[in-house]
Amino acid sequence: MLSAFLRRVGQTLIVLFGISVLVFLVFFATPGADPTARIAGRNASPQTMEKVRHEYGFDRPLPFQYATMMKKLFITRDLTSYANRGEQVVPEIIQAAPVTLSLVCGSAVIWLIVSVAMGTLAAAMKGSWVDRTLIMLGLVGISMPVFWLGQVANLISLSRYHDTWLFSWVPGPGYVPLTQNPLAWFKALVIPWCVLAVMFIGIYSRILRADLVALAQEDFMRTARAKGLSPARILVFHGLRTSAITYVSLFGLDFAQLLGGGALLTEVVFGLPGVGRLTYQALTNLDLPLIMATVMYSATFVVLANAVVDILYILLDPRVRDGR
Amino acid sequence: MAVNFPHSTSQPLLEVKDLCVSIPSYGRSVALIEHISFTLREREILGLVGESGSGKSVTATAIMGLLDTPGLKITGSVRFRGQELVGLSARKMRAIRGRDIAMIFQDPMTAFTPVYTVGWQIDEQIMAHERLSRKQARERTVQLLAEMGVPDPTRTANRYPHQLSGGLRQRAVIAMALSCNPTLLIADEPTTALDVTVQAQILELISTLRDTHGSSVLLITHDMGVVAETCDSVMVLYSGRIAETGLAEALFAHPRHPYTTALLNSIPPFYGERPHRLPAIAGTPPAPHERPAGCAFSPRCHDAQTICSTIPPLSPAGNGQQAACFFSTSGQQEH
Amino acid sequence: MSIPAPDTTKTLLEVRHLHKTYQLPGRKTLKAVDDISFSVRQGEVLGLVGESGCGKSTLGRCLLRLLPASSGSILFDGQDITRLSERKLRPLRQRLQMVFQDSSASLNPRRRIGDLLAEPLRVHADPINGKHTADMITARLTELLDLVGLPRSALERYPHEFSGGQKQRINIARALTLSPQLIVADEPVSALDVSVQAQIINLFADLQDQLGLTYVFISHDLSVVRQISTRVAVMYLGSIVEIGETDTVLHTPAHPYTSMLTQAIPHPTKGKTGLPAITGDIPSPVSRPSGCHFHPRCPYAQAICREKAPALENVKPSHMVSCHFPLVALQKIYV
Repeated sequence: MLSAFLRRVGQTLIVLFGISVLVFLVFFATPGADPTARIAGRNASPQTMEKVRHEYGFDRPLPFQYATMMKKLFITRDLTSYANRGEQVVPEIIQAAPVTLSLVCGSAVIWLIVSVAMGTLAAAMKGSWVDRTLIMLGLVGISMPVFWLGQVANLISLSRYHDTWLFSWVPGPGYVPLTQNPLAWFKALVIPWCVLAVMFIGIYSRILRADLVALAQEDFMRTARAKGLSPARILVFHGLRTSAITYVSLFGLDFAQLLGGGALLTEVVFGLPGVGRLTYQALTNLDLPLIMATVMYSATFVVLANAVVDILYILLDPRVRDGR
Repeated sequence: MAVNFPHSTSQPLLEVKDLCVSIPSYGRSVALIEHISFTLREREILGLVGESGSGKSVTATAIMGLLDTPGLKITGSVRFRGQELVGLSARKMRAIRGRDIAMIFQDPMTAFTPVYTVGWQIDEQIMAHERLSRKQARERTVQLLAEMGVPDPTRTANRYPHQLSGGLRQRAVIAMALSCNPTLLIADEPTTALDVTVQAQILELISTLRDTHGSSVLLITHDMGVVAETCDSVMVLYSGRIAETGLAEALFAHPRHPYTTALLNSIPPFYGERPHRLPAIAGTPPAPHERPAGCAFSPRCHDAQTICSTIPPLSPAGNGQQAACFFSTSGQQEH
Repeated sequence: MSIPAPDTTKTLLEVRHLHKTYQLPGRKTLKAVDDISFSVRQGEVLGLVGESGCGKSTLGRCLLRLLPASSGSILFDGQDITRLSERKLRPLRQRLQMVFQDSSASLNPRRRIGDLLAEPLRVHADPINGKHTADMITARLTELLDLVGLPRSALERYPHEFSGGQKQRINIARALTLSPQLIVADEPVSALDVSVQAQIINLFADLQDQLGLTYVFISHDLSVVRQISTRVAVMYLGSIVEIGETDTVLHTPAHPYTSMLTQAIPHPTKGKTGLPAITGDIPSPVSRPSGCHFHPRCPYAQAICREKAPALENVKPSHMVSCHFPLVALQKIYV
C-alpha cells in the first residue's frame, strides 16, 4: 500500500516535470521569436531588454534558462511580468486562487448533490415520465452555454428584477473573501455557483443514470433482488456504491480542470478575479511569465487531482487495491 | 404421481400449476414457457434439465418473482406452502424472497457486489429479514461459512469476492442463500462455471442440505450427469414445455420420451464401448418464437408421425414416469 | 480430392521442454507452461485435459505460435518453428490452424460467410498453382461447406443468422480452408448444447477420416475427450502429469490427480455413486505448491512429494506419469 502510494507520488512528480519542460519549450524556445522582447513588453527600452535578457539567462544555454525559470517560479517566486507594470506573477496567482477555489468548490457541491439525486431518481423510475422529464432537463442544461446563462442570470438578478423582493439581495459583480464576511461571500457566489453547475448537472446526471441502468443487468444486482432487499437499498447500496467508481473518476478530472482555470467564462461574466480571469488577461496581453505561471498552476491541479482520483479509486474499489 | 420419495415426506412444499410466461415480440405474444406443472415435496431435490431456450431458468425466475421485463405476462399458479405467489404484492414477495425461498445463480464470480466483503453481504441478507444486530448477524455468517466447508471462516468473511477462488465463492453464495434457513433453495446451474473437482464438492454440499438444513432444492442444469448424481426426481424441459418427468434413477434407466432418449444417447460415454460416431440429434432446439406447431421436438424426432402436429399431453408412461409423447415407450414396461 | 492414407508412424508435432512464463507485477512469475514435452503422430488425436489454470489453452496457443514460447522448441514436421521469422513461418501457418471455443466472437459480424471463408485463400497463394483465381475460390468454398455440412446458401448470409452449432461449423470450415495438417481445437464444443455438441464431435471425427487430419483437442470434459482422442495428456498447474492411450489413462489412471478427475465427473448412467471426497481448490498458478504441485490435495502424499518434483516417466510402454507413487498397484479395472 505504502509503496504503491510512493510510486504514485513519484509518477506525479515526473509528469509535472514533463509538463513544465513542455510548457517552457513552447513559450521560450520557439524558433524565430525572442522571448526577451515578449517578456519586456511592447516598446521596452534597451536597458530593460538587457536587464531581462540577463535576469532570465536568455544569453545562456536552454537548460540554464529552464532552471532559472523554475527557480523564479517556485523558489524565489519573483517572476515578474513587465507587460503588466512590473507586477510579480506568483502573488497574483496566490491571490486569485481562493476566488477560483470558492467558486469551483461551491459549484461542485451543488452539481454533486443535484446530479446524484437526478440520476438516481431517473434510473429508479426508468421509462416513466419522471425519467423522461429529468433526461430532458439534463439535456437543456448541457445545451446552455455558461456565458449566455451567466449573462441572463445577471440580467435578471441585477437589472430586470433586481428591485423585486426575490433578487434585491444580490450584490453587484465582484468577490468578497470568506474570511472578511462569510455572508457577503455567499451572496456574491451563489448565483455563479448555480450557473457553473448547470452544465455539469446535465452531464453527470445522464452519466449516472446510464451507469445505473446498465448495472441493473448485472448478476450481483439480481442476487441483491433475490436476497429480498428493498428496491431503495439495492439502488443505493449496490447500484450507487458501484457507480461511484466511474463517477468519482470523471468528477475528479472536471473538478481539477475547473480549478486550473476552466471556470474562465464564469469568472469573466461575474467579474470574479480568479485564476481563469487572470489567464484570460495574460492571454490578451501576451504576458509570457503570467501565461507560463498559470499554465503550470493548472497543470499542477490536473495532475494532483488525477493522483487524488487514483487514491480514491483505491479506497472505493477493492479490486484496484489488490492490483488487479 | 404416486411415487415414493426416499428422502421426503409427502408434504408438498411448492405446487406449480399451468405456469405460462409470455413476452410480446413484434406485435404477437411469444410463450417462453407453457403449462409447466410440478410438485416439489419437502426435503426433495428436483432436477430441471434442458438445453438453451428450454425455459428452465425462466421457470425458476418466475417462481422467485424476479421477472420484470416490461410487457411480460405470467399466468397459472405457484403455491408455496399453500400461499399463491403469482400476483403477490412486491412487498410480500420480498419478505419471502431470501427468507423462505433463496436462489443461487450460475456464475459465482459475478454473484457478489464487488465493493463489499463477502461477510458484509451475508450479514445484509440476515439483517434484511431478521431483527439482529450486525454482530449477531456476523456470528451466524461465520458459522454458516464454516458449515459450508470454508476454511478460516472469520477471515474469509472479511475478504472481498475477487480475493476468493471460484469454489470458495460458490460456497459463500450458498452460505448466503441459506442464511435465513429457507425451506426452498433454487439453484440455477450452480456448478456450470466450476471445474469438475470443485463441482463434485459443491454437489456433495447441495445433496447434504436437506439433512443439515431441511431444505428442498430445485436444481436447474443442462448436465444430465449432475442430475443423476444429486436429484431424487427429474423434469426434462424442451422448448418451454415439459417433455418428461419421473424419478431420476428410473428416468435415466428407461427414458420414455424420444427427446430424453436421444439426449442421453448423444452424451459421449465415459465407460464401455466408444461408438465411432455419436448418435446425435439433427438440428437445434427451436427458439421460443420459432417453435413448430404441435410437438416441438417432432422436426428432430425419428419417430414423428402426422399426429405429432398436435401437442401431445403429458400422460403416464409407466414406472411413475410421465411423458408428453404419443409414442412414449410405455408399452414396453421393463423391469 | 483423394487423400492418401496418413502415415501414422510419422511424428508430425514434437514439443521439447516447452516453457511459457509470464512476469507479473511485484516480481512474481506465472509458469503457465512448465517444461512440457510430448509428440503427436500424424493422423492422431491428442486430447489435452485439465482444469482452469492448468495451462492447456496457453499450450495450445504456443503450439501455433500465436503466443511466443519462453524457451524450448516445437518441431512441426521436423522443422523448429519456435525461432522462425514471421515471414518464414507464413507458409507453415497454412498447415497449422486453430478452432476456438467462442464461435461467435471469432466471426466478424459485419462480413458475409463467403467473405470470411475466402479471406485466407486471398491472402495465401496455393503452393502449386500460385494465386487463387475467383473460380478456384468459389469451388473451394462449395467444397468446404459440403465438408462441414452447411447449405451452400450460407455464403451469402451473416454470422448472426446462424445458431451456435452452425457458427462452430463455419469456424471449422475456415480452419480447413487452406487444407491444414494439424488443427488445435481449444474447447470447441464447450459452449454448445448437448445435442449440438454431439454433432460437432462427429464432424471432427468425420473430417479426420476424410482428410487424414491430426488434432490437438483441448477440453475440460473427459467424456468428450475420450470420444475423440487416440491419446490423452492430463495437465495440472502447467505440467503434464500423465499421458498415454485414452482408455488406459482414463480408466486405469496412474496419477492420483487423473483418478480424482475421472471420479469427479457425474454421469447419467453411473447414477448416485457418491462423488469422491475431494478436498481443496486448485491452487493459483502464481503460487504453485513445492515439489509435486498436487501434493496438498493428494490422498497418498508422502514427505518426498513436498520436496521433490517427480519426473514424467514410463509406468508402462506408452503410458507416462509424473508421480512418486503411481497408482498402478491400486488400479481399478472398469469394463
